[in-house]
Amino acid sequence: MHRLGLSCALALLLLAPASAFASGTGYVFVSNEQSNDIAVLDPKSDYAVVARIATGRRPRDMHFTKDRQRLLVACGDDDEIDVIDVAALKVIDRIKTGSSPEIFLLSPDERTLFVSDEEDSSVEAIDVEDKKIEREIQTGPEPEGLALGGGILYATSEMADVVHVIDPAAGRVTTSIVVGSRPRRLLLRPEAHELWVSDEMSGDIALIDTKADRLLRMVTFDPPGFRRIDVTPVGLALSHDRKLAFITLGRANHVAFVDPETKAVLAYVLVGSRAWGVAVSHDDKTLFVTNGLSDDLTIIDIASRKAIKSVAVGRTPHSVVVDD
Amino acid sequence: MIKKTAAALLILAGAFYSPALSQTSAGAPEQAVRLGYLELANDPRYASDAAYAGIVLRAMGRPFAGAEVGVEEANTIGRFIHISFEMAKASAPSADGLAEAARDLNGRGAQFILTDLPGDALADLSRAAAALPVTFFNVSAPDNDLRGARCAANVFHTAPSDAMKSDALAQFLATRRWRDVLVLKGPSARDGEEAQSFKQSAQKFGLRIVDERSFSLSRNPAMREENNVALLTQGANYDVVFVADDSNDYARYVPYRTVLPRPVVGDAGLQAEAWSWLWDRNGAPQLQHRFEKAAFPRRMNGAAWAAWAAVKAVAQAALRTRSADYATLKSFLSSEELDLDTDKGRPGSFRSWDRQLRQPILLATDSAVIATAPLPQFLHRTNVLDTLGADEPESQCRLR
Repeated sequence: MHRLGLSCALALLLLAPASAFASGTGYVFVSNEQSNDIAVLDPKSDYAVVARIATGRRPRDMHFTKDRQRLLVACGDDDEIDVIDVAALKVIDRIKTGSSPEIFLLSPDERTLFVSDEEDSSVEAIDVEDKKIEREIQTGPEPEGLALGGGILYATSEMADVVHVIDPAAGRVTTSIVVGSRPRRLLLRPEAHELWVSDEMSGDIALIDTKADRLLRMVTFDPPGFRRIDVTPVGLALSHDRKLAFITLGRANHVAFVDPETKAVLAYVLVGSRAWGVAVSHDDKTLFVTNGLSDDLTIIDIASRKAIKSVAVGRTPHSVVVDD
Repeated sequence: MIKKTAAALLILAGAFYSPALSQTSAGAPEQAVRLGYLELANDPRYASDAAYAGIVLRAMGRPFAGAEVGVEEANTIGRFIHISFEMAKASAPSADGLAEAARDLNGRGAQFILTDLPGDALADLSRAAAALPVTFFNVSAPDNDLRGARCAANVFHTAPSDAMKSDALAQFLATRRWRDVLVLKGPSARDGEEAQSFKQSAQKFGLRIVDERSFSLSRNPAMREENNVALLTQGANYDVVFVADDSNDYARYVPYRTVLPRPVVGDAGLQAEAWSWLWDRNGAPQLQHRFEKAAFPRRMNGAAWAAWAAVKAVAQAALRTRSADYATLKSFLSSEELDLDTDKGRPGSFRSWDRQLRQPILLATDSAVIATAPLPQFLHRTNVLDTLGADEPESQCRLR
């Protein structure tokens, strides 16, 4: 009975009644770490910024709920995840986290948030219904990237140079795999039993075999006009048909188009300064890249592999998501 | 008498320090890497910390807390490879005492020893300990000749040299086209070394020294040409003033007192440092916060960063080689395979010819990091970090 009551609370929080204005707005959302807001861009108005959502301080990673009624954003300097009503473009609730949340995930049943707290050396599981921290899973220092697949949670530790394999139910690390230096983000390819890890400092992608929890090999990058030492990969994304991977190369100011099967680099597209965040439109036609040191978003036509537009979005853009 | 004091201090040095061992969860560590930490008791470099009438001119502080933060981090990393890290600290008031302390630390298992010593003391120690199976990490002596004519195979440097810092400043001035520089120099030997290093950097990056003038710390009207900043900076045309003043007691009065409205760099105004607590990129805030927790109310400075970086380099070597063996770790550190995350951007490694850690240099005022060197306008045939400090062709050190 008690459980049912809480579920109703959840429904109010995350699963609002369908609204004509909500899902499929086509809007592009960009979190700006230093402007403390999310810029909302409308592709129908040539990607003009049509709204700004004021958030907690230092908004970073963002995820939609499955129904697209809610957008969640981790606010690193306020130790909270803000819940945004996508129809109203307003923060309607806040979920307290540990110290300095950066990256988070919503479990498939949308009951649990997994949050990496970079100042706490832990990943925490937060019950969405009662907003309580259920479990704290100790990791190496500065945990960041998260991925969830087959009931297993993966987390990077930027300082320990490892990827933790975590049993989320037991709340503990089962094994840790040493990868390159400063591992940042994760991308799962369950179809190939692969986990991709962006190593910012060693400048490569570590490929992990998720059946054996073993490092397979490294993928390296040579964008035109830059040396290996300039290549600092962070963001990872797959096209929705899973046939093309996109990797932002940080200080090398390019995004790499990679064949996920062969790992061959098909193209390097020049973007803005310190490219981190990356997202793909639902039709796999358009790619969005946030540039943290030039305060803009680069919009790329995937078929022609050309940047078609850059839009000023705010100070230190971090992540980008598309509601389409 | 001095010997006796040294022995007493060694007893005080106490047991190995290993804060994170109790947190070990996934099986007991099978191997240990033992580190040592050695400092000079009554080191004159720290005497000026409290300065005049208790007003702190520059809160240098000893760098030990940086090493402690490093050991704590190393243990959280070591958990995953079943290697633990421990550190023992010792101090002594003389060259003999330091050599004895190093032997004692080595006798207790320490093979990597961080040293917070003035340049001469470190040079003496490295000679006296040449036969010991010990590698020192210099965390605070910037002397160029420790990486040149006086270099030693048993000393790695995580502290940047004077040359790296003055090259960083010269690159910045060159990119701003502030090419004509007035050099002001204090009376100490260190002041002379800093001024000399800057002059070499000026030549390297195409700056012009319009004049070099000596100042003195006094209010004697008969010496006003030397102690009055306005008088000292008149009669020349320059874009910028470089002031070499290790004591900082003169340099701090130079900005705004120059006869021409010109920026000041060197030991006041814009300063080249291994670290600034104001640095907020590349994971720096997390490091600052870990340091502040350990050393409150102090903030991390260059030497504390260098101590942290030394421990981190050893931990990286252990992680990458999966070993706690001294020869294996030393060989890895000497190779160019190290990708040390310095929290300053580009990965660091030790130069094979002089064992100096390659690293970006921060150019900071008291309120902001204005630029990081190398500046993007300066390129290099292999690694742009080698535009800072003595590159292999011009180095007087041949350890490769």
